[in-house]
Amino acid sequence: MHLVLFFIFGGLCVAGALNLLFQRHPINSSLSLIVVMSSLAVLYLLLGAEFLAAAQVIVYSGAIMVLFTFVIMLLNAGREERTHGSKAAYIVGFPGAAALFALLAYVFLTNGKYLGGARLGDYLVTTSDLSRVLFHDLLLPFEVTSILILVAILGAVALARKEH
Amino acid sequence: MVPTSYYLVLSAILFSIGVAAFLIKRNIISVFMSIELMLNAVNLTFVAFAHQWHQVSGQIFVFFVMVVAAAEAAVGLAIIIAIFRTRNTLNVDQVDLMKL
Repeated sequence: MHLVLFFIFGGLCVAGALNLLFQRHPINSSLSLIVVMSSLAVLYLLLGAEFLAAAQVIVYSGAIMVLFTFVIMLLNAGREERTHGSKAAYIVGFPGAAALFALLAYVFLTNGKYLGGARLGDYLVTTSDLSRVLFHDLLLPFEVTSILILVAILGAVALARKEH
Repeated sequence: MVPTSYYLVLSAILFSIGVAAFLIKRNIISVFMSIELMLNAVNLTFVAFAHQWHQVSGQIFVFFVMVVAAAEAAVGLAIIIAIFRTRNTLNVDQVDLMKL
């Protein structure tokens, strides 16, 4: 059951990511990125991270991707054209990414026997577990991130404002 | 039972696709989206290891990455809007000078 769900949603993830790579229109890329993030939320649920699955749907595929789609529509971004630089990027990009994947997969698969496996429901982090650590041991970093968000909002407003 | 290494290999696939998209895409918004894809791949690794070692701290890491990614997306998209205002293009090949 777990394996079947993993392959369905992992395959959906990879298909969405490949669609992001090969679509030339940014709106198609952003919609396929939403597919990737939503199926990653299901994988988080399989790994027993229920709060993160909800936060993934709300924050990533909700807020961040809506912001992306909004900016794409605001700037009226069309199909990207092939330029001089894209040829060099094709020559370097695909072999480089394939080499990186080969290295990572080799390391993970050779050391995979030292790691165990994940069964459905053998480890579940509830929201109260997570919040106990977050608000008890890590209260200061949590508050610092709220200041970070505030600074980011101010910076975004200052950057996107029309200059007079 | 799914071995943890399967999750790690899946995140390696997603990360490599993100690297390839980062290098190949010419539209500045698509480049930014591929950065988000790489962040998500690393988040999957954190969650898989948190499940493997039964530690909550891996999920705490993912939570903070999400917060920072939200801040980064807001600032980055504002920068993209500012670039589009001054240069009227979204192509990264035409945005290769620090000044106009």
